[in-house]
Amino acid sequence: MRCGLLGKKLGMTHVFGDGGVLIPVTVIKAGPCPILQIKDEARDGYRALQLGFDDMPVRVANKPELGKYERLGITPKRFVREFRVDSVEEYEEGETLSVELFYEGDKIKITGRSKGRGFSGAMKRHGFAGKGSSHGTHKVHRKVGSIGMASWPSRVFRGKRMPGHYGETRVTTKNLKVVKIMPEQNLLLIKGAVPGARGSYLIVSK
Amino acid sequence: MHPEIQALEQTQLRKVETNFRAGDTIKVWVRIEESSGKTRLQAFQGDVIRRNGGSCRETITVRKTSYGVGVERIFPLHSPNIEKIEVVRRGHVRRARLYYLRELSGKAARIREASRDRYAKLDARSTTQASEKQKSRSRRKKRRSTKAANSPS
Repeated sequence: MRCGLLGKKLGMTHVFGDGGVLIPVTVIKAGPCPILQIKDEARDGYRALQLGFDDMPVRVANKPELGKYERLGITPKRFVREFRVDSVEEYEEGETLSVELFYEGDKIKITGRSKGRGFSGAMKRHGFAGKGSSHGTHKVHRKVGSIGMASWPSRVFRGKRMPGHYGETRVTTKNLKVVKIMPEQNLLLIKGAVPGARGSYLIVSK
Repeated sequence: MHPEIQALEQTQLRKVETNFRAGDTIKVWVRIEESSGKTRLQAFQGDVIRRNGGSCRETITVRKTSYGVGVERIFPLHSPNIEKIEVVRRGHVRRARLYYLRELSGKAARIREASRDRYAKLDARSTTQASEKQKSRSRRKKRRSTKAANSPS
């Protein structure tokens, strides 16, 4: 396993590729991410790198966090996540990782928090078909319909798909293609859409 | 929009003739790659019935009648495949989206030519899109600030 990067979704636009092909891209501000802590086999039982992203004011950070940041001499970070890696020898605490971790054409994986949709009906939440909008349909256009049988089983099966809270969950999209990396601006251009709202944090991994 | 995306879009802009509006007749020279690997230019002449979107995402819809059949092509204005755009004729229309032309044919589907004054006014407008957009934005800003100054509150 190789280390990934933390980032923030800025929004979407499009760019022109080879031969004038239009490529829809999501623009991600990724890194630079300092390594805050290295977890190794001996002490922690697993190997991982703890990365931080996005500065936060010192007054917001709590004291135990602050101690760590002061020791490393970096500003406190809002978004901290760990990446499991195969080996930690080549890394050093305080070292900074940037978008140069990735190459154009790479297939990557992006994890984010999907947009919250509140209490949604079964059509939006589970893609149910609903009922017709005419031909005598009365007041049931977007309803769930039947949720089971009759005196057997006399109950609704567990896990039955119904209306409820939708969105705001951890979503990972795999096989996204890196269209371009812009190391000076710390930007990643990814083909297609990425989970989450603009400005939300993302975990970009290989 | 995020300023960094705006900056990115600026780099995608190409200097093409954008001094035209819906109702104008234009000739779009498109670069076409043939199967032999050679590229050549092909012209598509028709009426602009829509300009859609802004910045590097702007597209234009050009409509023409070919052998009695209406043909519409949507061009990304800043596509590298667009060699150049010529304004053939300026039209006088009263809306920005000329979808009504789709229902018309023959003599009814003609667009009145713009007056000499209008020609002069449009020709005087800047040719690069970026400066055009900026101008309209600053004008809007000015209007807003004068409004704020005039209001009693």
